[in-house]
Formats: sequence, C-alpha cells, structure tokens
Amino acid sequence: MATMKALLSGAWAIFCKDIQSELRTRYALNALLLFAACTAVAVSLGVGFLGLRRDPQSLVIQSSLLWIALLFAALNGLSRSFVQEEERRTALALRLAARPTAVFLGKFCFNLVLLLVLDVVTTVLFVIFLRVEIANLSLFVAMLAMGSLSLTTATTLVAAIIARANFKSGLFAVLAFPLIVPLLVIAIQGTTLALGGGAWSQGLPLLQILSSYAVATLVASLMLFPFVWEA
Amino acid sequence: MRSRRWRLPDSASASTLTAMNTEQPPPPAVDAATPPPSPAQPAAITLELHELAASYGARIVFRGVSLTLQAGEVLVVSGANGSGKSTLLRLLCGLQQPTAGTIAYHWQGQVYYPIAARPLIGWVAPDLALYRELSGLENLRFFAAVRNRTPSDAELYALLEQVGLGGRGDDLVAAYSSGMTHRLRYAYALLHQPPVLLLDEPTVTLDTRGAAVVDQVIARQRTHGISVIATNDPRELRYGNYVLTLNPV
Repeated sequence: MATMKALLSGAWAIFCKDIQSELRTRYALNALLLFAACTAVAVSLGVGFLGLRRDPQSLVIQSSLLWIALLFAALNGLSRSFVQEEERRTALALRLAARPTAVFLGKFCFNLVLLLVLDVVTTVLFVIFLRVEIANLSLFVAMLAMGSLSLTTATTLVAAIIARANFKSGLFAVLAFPLIVPLLVIAIQGTTLALGGGAWSQGLPLLQILSSYAVATLVASLMLFPFVWEA
Repeated sequence: MRSRRWRLPDSASASTLTAMNTEQPPPPAVDAATPPPSPAQPAAITLELHELAASYGARIVFRGVSLTLQAGEVLVVSGANGSGKSTLLRLLCGLQQPTAGTIAYHWQGQVYYPIAARPLIGWVAPDLALYRELSGLENLRFFAAVRNRTPSDAELYALLEQVGLGGRGDDLVAAYSSGMTHRLRYAYALLHQPPVLLLDEPTVTLDTRGAAVVDQVIARQRTHGISVIATNDPRELRYGNYVLTLNPV
C-alpha cells in the first residue's frame, strides 16, 4: 500500500512538473494547436461545409477527417515529453530519482491531458469551419475520450522507445502506426455513429472494444516500460 | 572487521589501488546489525566491486577491478581521459551495465545492486542536467517529491544555502551560470541525504568558494557514508583514503 502511494505520488509530481514546464515553454502545446488549426482550415477550404451533408458517406468522411487531424497532431506532439527529457539530458536526473513506473504514469497522464485539450480544440474548429453537426453529443464525447485514452496508451510507450533513437519523428510514426490502426478504425466507426445520431446501445460495443484496447496496451506498457527506460 | 581486497587485471596495463595517508581518523568497524544511522555516525553501508569490467564494443575500458569500500571512506578514481573514470561511476549507479563482474551495496542487512540502490546514491556529474525552465527551488521540490520526500521550503532554502546558492533559489536555472548549475547539482545529490555520493569531476566549473563547498560536502559525507570521486585533477587526490588509478587496457 505504501509502495503504491509512493508510486502515485511520484507519478503526480512528474505530471505536475510536465504541466508546469509545458505552460512555461509551450514546447508541445503550440505545435499541437497550430497543427489542429491548420488542418481544420485546410480541410474546410478543400471540402467546404461538409457538415451540412448528412448522408452516411459524408458522416464517415467527417469522422475520418477528425481522427486523421487528431492522429497527426498526436504523432507530432505526444512523443515530445520523452524526447525533450533525452534531448535536454534531464532524463539522467529523472532516471536516478524516480521509479520507472512513476515516470510512465506521469508522462501518460500528461499526454492524455494534452490530447484531450487537442480533442476539444479540434472538435470546436471542425464544428466552426466544416459546420459539423453532432447528433448524439454524449456518445460523441465518450468516443472521443475513449479513443484518445487508447491513442495515448499506445503512443506513450512508443515515445519512450524512440526518445533515444536518432531518427525520432519518422520512427515514432512507423512504430506507432500498426498499433494505432485498429483503434482508429473503431474510433472512426463510433464517431460516425455519434455524428449520425446513433443510440448508446449501438455505440456501447465499440466503446467496450476501445476500453479493452486501452487496458491491454496500458498493462503491456506498464510491464515493458522499465526495460525501455533502463535500456 | 573491515576487509579490503583488490586484484590487478591480468593484462600488462594495470589498474592500481593505493592507500592514501589522510588525516581523518580510521572509520569505525561497521556491523550489518548496526541500527539505522544518525547523521553523526557513519551509515552501515559497504560497496563491493568484484572483477568489474567495462567495454565499448571491442574496446575494453578496464577490467578486473575488485575492491571493498566501507562507510566513512572516500575512493578517488583517477586516470587519463578515456581510462573509464566516468564509466565506473555510471556503472555504480546503474546508468550503464558492466561487461563483467558485480557491484553490490550492503545496507542495513540487505544487498542492493546498482539500479535498486539508486535511492541510496547521490550523483553529481557535468552531464547531469536539471530543468532550465524551473527555478532551483522548484527543481529541488520536484526531485524531492519523486523520491517521495516532503522537505519544507525552509529545509530546501537551507540546502541551497549550503551549496552557495542562498538568495538565488527562486531564479530560473536557465539564468544560472555554469558554476551555479554545478552547485545546484550538489543540492540535487544531497537532497535525500544519500549514504553513497558519486562525484564526477567534482570541482569542474566551480570557483574557489565552490571548491570549498565541495570540501565541506566530502567532509560531511565521511560522517555519513561512502564517497567515490572521479577526477584527473591531482589536487583532488587528497580527498581519498584510496586512489584507484585506471590505465587504458
């Protein structure tokens, strides 16, 4: 019990430090928000008010575009918390002072918060620029939250792996892509359902798959991270 | 009983361990059953290296290093550039794995290997970076928290005062000079009062007053545990009860 408390307190300290550092440097946040804004504007210029069309194909395209924007912004920003520690050589001090699991949980929570902020900004931009209409808002929010949780669990470990490599950004996309594809397919299906006003009973199985994915990748990451961190 | 042993490598180029004539009184015999240490009494810690070797690819840096270091003792590791001084210190705190041999810390009846022993170790090195966007105080507060410690601000300010950063704790580390950053590394290392202190190039970038701080830190550590110092500055050999000279293999 004391060990768990120490672990969670270490993770909380790392999470708070990352938030504090991010608010001062805007190392990841600016890049993510800029990416989200550019994508929303570019897509709206290309396809116009796509949200005004309510046929099934348009709904799929809307949700796909939303998740593509989120995915690329995530690939651009979520690796930074680990990459920054390595590039600025603060990882050594952290490695000596903190337990690996606390480091993983702290970074995971930071990435999740970052992605949830990105979710809100991207969705608002899509609603404004593409006139996207969300018919079942609660299901949409659940899909977005669960999809983001799954995306964060999958990418946080990959970020730790690539942080010590030379070709970081390219390697991150290459390693993360096969892990992310299954969750993207499910998330796009669920978001399409929510945009079209599908019922919770239809969305629940998709949410269960996403939550299972998140739990599986989180458990695997917790088991593997100490080896990656000490490698 | 105190035991000390070393073995020279079987190659022609030897690493040598030399006992220094220091003015410090010999440390008391340490028994594993000794109760938890008080600051005035050497902690019951022993560092044991057995047939330690390190290499980078095919290049052997050193091999066959065996020694035992007891509480209250200081080991100075010297040698030319590339002889493996920093590598040895990195092995001691588990940042690198040895090619052969073992490192064990005996502490309060338990044996700890380097990664598990990190809570017992304070490490100062020129390549140790702290968070530049945080202040000195915020850095210390953060590292105390991840070590599951909750020192008061007064204690942290006192630590900063001890390393010569009094009055500068609220400045961002980005605004520190290289000497001040090195002093903050000492505060980081001493934050959890470790029984093992590993100092790589202890006075690099420090001015005379900074070097005096290092003198005090090492003197205090003699009452508290073990110090291992890697240096090629001949003036720093005086710190050691023993000098391990590494020669390139």
